[in-house]
Amino acid sequence: MLLAVLLDISYAIMGAGIGAGLAAIGAGIGIGRIGGSAMEGMARQPEASGKIQGAMLIIAALIEVAVLFALVICLLISLLKA
Amino acid sequence: MSIFLSRAKYFSAFFIVLLTLFSGAASAFQKGHGEEAEEAEKSDINISELIMHHVLDDHIWHLWDHGGTIYLPIIIYSSEKGLDVFSSHHFYDEHHNVVEYDGYKLDHGHITLSATGKSVLDLSITKNVAMLLINAVLLVLVFSSVAKGYKKNNGKAPKGLQSFLEPVIVFVRDEIVKPNIGHHYEKYMPYMLTLFFFILFGNLIGLLPGAGNLTGNIAVTLTLALLTFIITNAKGNKSYWSHIFWTPGVPLPLRIFILPVEIVGIFTKPFALTIRLFVAITAGHIVLLSLICLAFIFHSLSVGLVSSLIVLFINLIELLVAGIQAYVFTLFSSLYIGMATAEHEHH
Repeated sequence: MLLAVLLDISYAIMGAGIGAGLAAIGAGIGIGRIGGSAMEGMARQPEASGKIQGAMLIIAALIEVAVLFALVICLLISLLKA
Repeated sequence: MSIFLSRAKYFSAFFIVLLTLFSGAASAFQKGHGEEAEEAEKSDINISELIMHHVLDDHIWHLWDHGGTIYLPIIIYSSEKGLDVFSSHHFYDEHHNVVEYDGYKLDHGHITLSATGKSVLDLSITKNVAMLLINAVLLVLVFSSVAKGYKKNNGKAPKGLQSFLEPVIVFVRDEIVKPNIGHHYEKYMPYMLTLFFFILFGNLIGLLPGAGNLTGNIAVTLTLALLTFIITNAKGNKSYWSHIFWTPGVPLPLRIFILPVEIVGIFTKPFALTIRLFVAITAGHIVLLSLICLAFIFHSLSVGLVSSLIVLFINLIELLVAGIQAYVFTLFSSLYIGMATAEHEHH
């Protein structure tokens, strides 16, 4: 009985850990793509690099919010189950 | 050239003070190596409780141990006992344990009647309410001084705080409100400016050491999103509502399917605004606190030094996030209001 409860909690914490890792992968892919396109745009037209940089920062913040949302859920699972 | 250099001197002094303030917050909590080895046996800090305590709301404002706690007033109303106002000091004894008082019980920030366990209407001045009042007073002080500056320097070049804030105000008007709302944008400027500076100042003062998590409170962000929701739907014109309920330019049977999607879409917009600001600020605070607590998990001074440096850089990123989240909230609000009030040509 106790083993079943402990196993339950340990599965939840493992799920939280895997979720946090996947969230980090999502952030890397999303912001990496934005950065890549921004670099390419700036290389093609250096005069527009100020505007491109501004737009890149804002979109990176939007993507980061989605990732931090997943991170907070994983943190809540691991902190409230431990 | 010399004017530019003297301005730069003020900016660098300002930044040095800011950086030491933030890095001091991290290193102030690092203890010596020897002390920590002893305390490792005695007390094991509950990291999750510490982090949650710093991020959530509380009835007392705990600045430092042994005398640095501000006991905020508790204002509660229940139908059995009526209105009760007292200091939260009564809920804590000398050893800072929670005790019952006057028939009320405080359990993890939730006040109930100890006789029946029923919850009471809690209108207390909590840490977040106090932060909100401080933010409001700060906004009033700063902007009344800016307005007075405009009256005094009528026609002349702006000076002081006025010259610092004028580019930001013009930025909000020209980059956020005017392109998205178009004509009649002046009507919405007061709300947009208030929204932008409330969120910006709220984010920034929430980063100071000892401050409460104001814009990371989902009730605060929900209220801001609700204001945008009310303005959007109150000012929505005929073409806005007809696009939702009877989408033009779409074959007739498809309109029945689009109707529930569009109705849900009315509510997802403020929901996204709420969650975006709440998560960005709260997650930032949780990351900062977790990195500082790393030093306490490993009980090592070198880990503390490295984590202090990392926390310094992440604090700079949090400053950027504070500005960006204020910008994004205001941008989306003006976008929604612009979409609702846009005058549409007929297809």
